[in-house]
Amino acid sequence: MDPAALPVVQGFLYPNEAELQWSILIVLYPFLTGLVAGAFILASLARVFNVHEVRPTYRLALLSALAFLIVAPLPLQLHLGHPERAFEMYLTPHTTSAMAMFGFVYLWYLLAVLLLEIWLDYRKSIVLWAREKTGLTRRFYKLLTLGVDDIGPEALDLDDRAGRFITIVGIPSAFLLHGYVGFIFGSIKANPWWSTPLMPVVFLFSAIVSGIALVLLVYMATSALRGKAVDMACLDTIGRYLLYAFLVDFAVETLDLAHRMYEADESFKSLDFMVRTKLYFSHIVVQIVLGMFVPIAILGLVQLVKLSERARRGLYAVAAALTLIGIFAMRWNVVIGGQLFSKSFLGYTTYKLELAHREGLGPAILLMLLPFLILWVLVKLFPPWEEEDEAISPVRAGRPS
Amino acid sequence: MNGPLRHARHLIRVAALFVGLFVVFLFAKAALVPKDFGLYGHYRPSALAANTTRELSYAGRAACVDCHSDVEESRKGSKHARIGCEACHGPLARHAADPGAQAPVKPDPRAFCLGCHAQNVARPATFKQVDAEHAQGEPCSTCHGPHAPEKGPKP
Amino acid sequence: MSESRRDFLASAGKLLLLTGPAALAFDFVVSGRAQVAPGYSAREHWWGMLIDIEVCIGCGKCVKACKEENGVPEGPYFRTWVERYHVAGGVSEHPDVDSPNGGLDGFRERYRAGDGAKSFFVPKLCNHCATSPCVQVCPVGATFESPDGVVLVDKDYCLGCRYCVQACPYGCRFIDPRTNTVDKCSLCYHRITKGLTTACCEVCPTGARQLVDLKDPKDPVHEFLRTHKVQVLKPQLATGSKAYYNGLDGSVR
Repeated sequence: MDPAALPVVQGFLYPNEAELQWSILIVLYPFLTGLVAGAFILASLARVFNVHEVRPTYRLALLSALAFLIVAPLPLQLHLGHPERAFEMYLTPHTTSAMAMFGFVYLWYLLAVLLLEIWLDYRKSIVLWAREKTGLTRRFYKLLTLGVDDIGPEALDLDDRAGRFITIVGIPSAFLLHGYVGFIFGSIKANPWWSTPLMPVVFLFSAIVSGIALVLLVYMATSALRGKAVDMACLDTIGRYLLYAFLVDFAVETLDLAHRMYEADESFKSLDFMVRTKLYFSHIVVQIVLGMFVPIAILGLVQLVKLSERARRGLYAVAAALTLIGIFAMRWNVVIGGQLFSKSFLGYTTYKLELAHREGLGPAILLMLLPFLILWVLVKLFPPWEEEDEAISPVRAGRPS
Repeated sequence: MNGPLRHARHLIRVAALFVGLFVVFLFAKAALVPKDFGLYGHYRPSALAANTTRELSYAGRAACVDCHSDVEESRKGSKHARIGCEACHGPLARHAADPGAQAPVKPDPRAFCLGCHAQNVARPATFKQVDAEHAQGEPCSTCHGPHAPEKGPKP
Repeated sequence: MSESRRDFLASAGKLLLLTGPAALAFDFVVSGRAQVAPGYSAREHWWGMLIDIEVCIGCGKCVKACKEENGVPEGPYFRTWVERYHVAGGVSEHPDVDSPNGGLDGFRERYRAGDGAKSFFVPKLCNHCATSPCVQVCPVGATFESPDGVVLVDKDYCLGCRYCVQACPYGCRFIDPRTNTVDKCSLCYHRITKGLTTACCEVCPTGARQLVDLKDPKDPVHEFLRTHKVQVLKPQLATGSKAYYNGLDGSVR
């Protein structure tokens, strides 16, 4: 290794610690997975908890979750020293490894929850499209009908009930999916910055927060692009739920912090120094102040003060954007921050982010754009908009509740 | 199809699709995982043997003594008696297999000694150490035979 | 194992037409012994290492020999290394520690005698933990505890996910830049299975490092452990470390 390429080091590191192991790609992985879990939880508000106001975002949330879920494992894959061996994780999964089990949780969530729920929700539309369209698109939809075009009331009722059941199964699955990502870090006893039983809970609530913020932004952006008015009742409700989720997230993260500060174990001085210096900007400024206090203040303000629709829209957009930045910073601080101090607690290193490197900023940006591209394709194939097919979705058909 | 499942044909097909995928997965797993995987633990037993195949660089003291018993004899009772031959003469597995293939290193008679015996506060106080003044740059071997340093120079 | 089951396994083995190492391993299924080299039975050994800080002189020969014997890449990659501790006032939560190039070229004098501090060397290597945190997290079984107590890597199976590197509390693992797979001390498995000691122990001039077989009643380690106060690194993590240190100071991390 070129000595100039080695990171700037303070104090003592174990000699093998000179190289940072997990890059920005591993920051993306929990970020993307969190967006999936959060978007799904928002969708389930409409479906299971009968929060009618957020129905305009139901299908959009599901498609967003799918788009991000498809991309979620790619940064991991790109990071592996031997990507061609990744399938071993399914062939000989080590049951004590959080990472191996995540593979199965991921597949379960993708196949048994998300794809199935979307398919059931869209089935009537798919059958209709298979009848209407021509050529290759017709064949595509025809394939998706699995050769059954029964869209009679009995069949649709079955779909609705099955979809409801899957959503109910899906909520704990979404919790599992992202709680599990937290466990991957929280279970590493060698690393005191990660090792806490609160890690899965912190990850879960920050995931819900980020997913709701994402769908809110996607909904506002797609409405603007289509020249349609935003449903303000929907937006206000999402804003309210974002605030609730944020308050829980804030409580859990504060609990974690308070516990660490009060116990002040052998690692505390080292970690405290790190937060005050190397992580000050990304942790204190971006994650806590800009990414948490400001959005909570904005969302709280909207609850307390009567504001015009225009002002509310602007504030929601700002709050949601800050939320996403803040949660990304949180993932960054966990993954990168957890590697900036030596396990000897006697020294610190730095992370140098390169641009055009396999694990650099360039691929990270591409991987961040990819889900939006996939979402665009999905929206073209499966338009999620309400007004165009009012009677189709069993959700909107209004099951008596 | 009749009866209560009359309108569930699409659900049955999806279920069949899932079962089919699962069966394909099971077949792939059976075909691709080594038969003896997990025999001793969660790993490929062949990895044990693979870890034993590396070629030796260091022959080990016993191999040296096989031919050089005279040196062994000269070291007896000395403070250097228990040091492995290859600690000073370098790795010699090829030499042990074929003496002509590799020549033992003859270390520098001062710089090399100082690698162990230069004054250093982190060294145990009871360990023999010399400062820069000692012997004024003369080779250590002038007074200390390396195989038995306390017995004077090598005869 | 019953005769009929043994027959069944033997014929099944022929049916499967295993070749190479797989066939070799299959023989040991039939014999019921974990055997890896001719005349060596893994079940009869339980390897560890004894490190005597009191006699380590920080010459770095172990680091050099390890790199040579195991083809460890140059640069900041070490299967074993030596650290120098300098503890001001005799007790400190913040000892001054260094390990220039892993101690490969020895240590130049940095401190003055009589500065009121204590100073000593600490050789480090994989602790060959009996309940290894690194083995626990490997997603595919590419690193494992062998039947004779050595933590090994299956480098043809390793994904290079680096989870084990994160999980090792001692910093003993690194990614080999040539293969993009993990590497670590194998306790010279290719040597100890042939009756030799490890390369680091072979060249250690003061006997500060000793390969020990805890299953061998004749191994002097048992007497040593009975008569000395030994400690493992980071005992609070309960890793089942088998690298026993004599004279370990509380400041060592």
